[in-house]
Amino acid sequence: MRYAETGVNLEIDLSRGSIEKVVTDPAWTELYLGGLGTNAKILWDRVPPETHPFSPENLLIFSAGLLDGTPAPGANRTILSTFSPQTLLMAFSMMGGFFGPELKYAGYDKVIVRGKSPDLVYLWINNDKVEIRDARHLRGKGALETIERIKEELNEPKAQVMAIGLAGENRVYFASVETTRGSASRLGIGAVMGDKGLKAIAVRGTNDIHIARPAEFVEVCNDLLKYILHRLNNPLKGGVAPILARIGSPQEMALHDEAWHTASFAWGHARYRKPDFWNKEVEEKWAAITETVRKRLVSCYNCPVKCAGYIHYPGYSNYILKCFSKLTYTMAAMSDLDFGFRILAHAHEYGVDGFTTPQVLAFAVELYEAGILTDQDMPGFPKTNEERFFWLLERTVRREGIGDVLANGVYWAARQIGKGAEAFDHNTIKKHEQVPIKLGMLNPIYFLMWATGEKINITQIEGQIPQVPFETKEDKEDFVRDWIHVPNKYADAFKRFVLEWEPRGEHALPFYPPVDVVCALVEWQEILHYIDDSTGICAGLSSFPLKPPYHINNLPRIISLATGMDLDDEALWEIATRNRTLVRAINIRRGMRRSDEKPPADHWKRRFPEFETKLLETYYRFRGWNEEGIPTEETLRRLRLEEVAEDFLERGILKGKEEAAKGNVTKQG
Amino acid sequence: MTGEKKKKKVKTIKIDIDKCNGCRACEVICSAFHSTPKYASNNPARSRIRIHFDPLRDIYLPVYAGEYTAAECMGRDKYTINGKEYDECDFCRASCPSRTLFKEPDSGLPLKCDMCEDDPELKEPMCVQWCLNDALTYEEHEEEVEEELKMEDVELGLKSMVDQYGWQKVIDTVARMAKRAEAPKSS
Repeated sequence: MRYAETGVNLEIDLSRGSIEKVVTDPAWTELYLGGLGTNAKILWDRVPPETHPFSPENLLIFSAGLLDGTPAPGANRTILSTFSPQTLLMAFSMMGGFFGPELKYAGYDKVIVRGKSPDLVYLWINNDKVEIRDARHLRGKGALETIERIKEELNEPKAQVMAIGLAGENRVYFASVETTRGSASRLGIGAVMGDKGLKAIAVRGTNDIHIARPAEFVEVCNDLLKYILHRLNNPLKGGVAPILARIGSPQEMALHDEAWHTASFAWGHARYRKPDFWNKEVEEKWAAITETVRKRLVSCYNCPVKCAGYIHYPGYSNYILKCFSKLTYTMAAMSDLDFGFRILAHAHEYGVDGFTTPQVLAFAVELYEAGILTDQDMPGFPKTNEERFFWLLERTVRREGIGDVLANGVYWAARQIGKGAEAFDHNTIKKHEQVPIKLGMLNPIYFLMWATGEKINITQIEGQIPQVPFETKEDKEDFVRDWIHVPNKYADAFKRFVLEWEPRGEHALPFYPPVDVVCALVEWQEILHYIDDSTGICAGLSSFPLKPPYHINNLPRIISLATGMDLDDEALWEIATRNRTLVRAINIRRGMRRSDEKPPADHWKRRFPEFETKLLETYYRFRGWNEEGIPTEETLRRLRLEEVAEDFLERGILKGKEEAAKGNVTKQG
Repeated sequence: MTGEKKKKKVKTIKIDIDKCNGCRACEVICSAFHSTPKYASNNPARSRIRIHFDPLRDIYLPVYAGEYTAAECMGRDKYTINGKEYDECDFCRASCPSRTLFKEPDSGLPLKCDMCEDDPELKEPMCVQWCLNDALTYEEHEEEVEEELKMEDVELGLKSMVDQYGWQKVIDTVARMAKRAEAPKSS
């Protein structure tokens, strides 16, 4: 009997049109749990490092999390994994909603797709009946429209469907994969899906999902629900921004107070802060439009938190929205929320990444304003920013004219355009667009997270710690008093950090907290994300907010009760570290090195190059990596990744008898 | 059917469809509660409460499994409420031959909400406990009702099999199976 997981993967070869059901090895569950962990293992084993993302040999994996479809609240994520056409490194993106659990109820943990279909197709998974079906009649249709049509033609209103829009079909490097309530947006996974000729996957499942220790497990779930209710009714105080004071995704659909986002983040192509933008007039105007178009707050599967809003803007297609995408187009276009809601309707149907796309469009506007792109490149380019954004979006998703260049993202577009455009690529890391934020003082914790995160997206490595110091002693003590979430081995250090952190003086950024505490804080935040991405638990209840319901001190038991494993916090930490290290190994094998690991030059006004170098080196040593950021042979063997060690030695990536980076490394430029 | 009046505790679940957030936690915990052993598995297809959902039309309609019926009804009306279109069947609680709703997915036997009857008695049915958004709320009140026989689960199942196969086949099959169960096992 398999607990929590189904124990079966679907292997689909679109070149041959073959469908196989493969029973999985329970030993892998013990080592990697599932979701991102086992996805990484499959990609490591089966995709050679020279494989281009658009090769038929590239795998596209759709995975339910290990706990999806169990009663665990918020365990509903689908984890997509492949290689990114933009970064050429591993791509993984998680979506919420309802697909993952439905796949489990159908009897499968994963759908692994290889090859390419000669014609556009979609996959229909109906319990044990699996078909590859003709999708040529869906070519060019929007993602959400496709979902509706497929449910109609199958006469399965309860089916869950994920689909690409025009952007995915045209292999736009920031094409997303959409469901009605959840999107796998980043790193161009939609482009790989389009490249393989896969328009959509529909699934319907009516089987049981079993857990090992039922009564105890549901008792824990009841406790989680109690804590969730407590956190919903008691947003954190002490000066925490309202957007950060609750759980779930930042509650941007429910709350109107966007002072923090509009003042802290950068407008345009991640250029300008507008610290005085937010005022009563703007708040009232934005609240009014939101209340008009947002008809209901909705949730994902088996989660009581209502992060998403159903948006009905008359004259535009309906969609469901959550979180920061509410503002990314608005701020990139230097416009207002009304514009944001309208262009988002198009974005959802075309299926494009809500972080990258606004940046690419703003980048194009910048180049035009600078005369690097001209009227010849963009005939008929409109005059207002809003019209420009719509104009550029239409051409980008179709790869028409300048859109064909922009569709590859800022990094590649800048190099293709030339004429000084490279200088305008100022907000990418590892060729991937970053959240638009440019602050004053270097934050060492964030420096390491920007530089070394494999997801190359700050929101999927951060969480747990306040972004600024609390103002009063009372607020600090209030916060640490019930901070049950901190890991035992670092509890004292982390609490001391919050209690001592000041905006100025010897306990201020960038040289406080001490470097070893910085490293530990980064490791903790990152580990939680790797746990979530394997279990399928939503980061909104776990790795992302302050004081979440799931944390390192209850997750081991929760996973154990569901699966029958016997984990404590150390064992779970090790599994997450193994997964994290395996993802790094995949990227190292594809050529990633230390020189790639840096935030953009303008990410903070106040930089400290020597200190940053020391920080990175110390962090590499702390994680058991050498001075190139490569996990050492000792680290790999300790984590039972012997085959990775052997592979690295064979390829000369590691040179035998590696020692971790030494203490007195000479200063480098 | 005695026709005597007696005081009865009537249990009601109130459904506020405006408050439904579409999470279907009720389906998870209902099916889990009714699994054997309790909570050992879950499967929304076995849930006694099902949400009719159509996210892009903003439709979420919880309905509880009710009476089993041997024959479909004639009506297939459509309702428009606040601009949203519903089928009459969307509101119907019946375990009915016209659809798979409110039937076990493997055996086809009917499902019926029993308000999570248990010993010791639950404060509220599990669906209500797990609906943190108060789309489902529980009320009790007393009513004077005529006493009636309550159909057990086994009777409910048997009734539907009799409807499908007829009395004789069911009786014959049970007799045959009982005899086989008693017979000594052959190696």
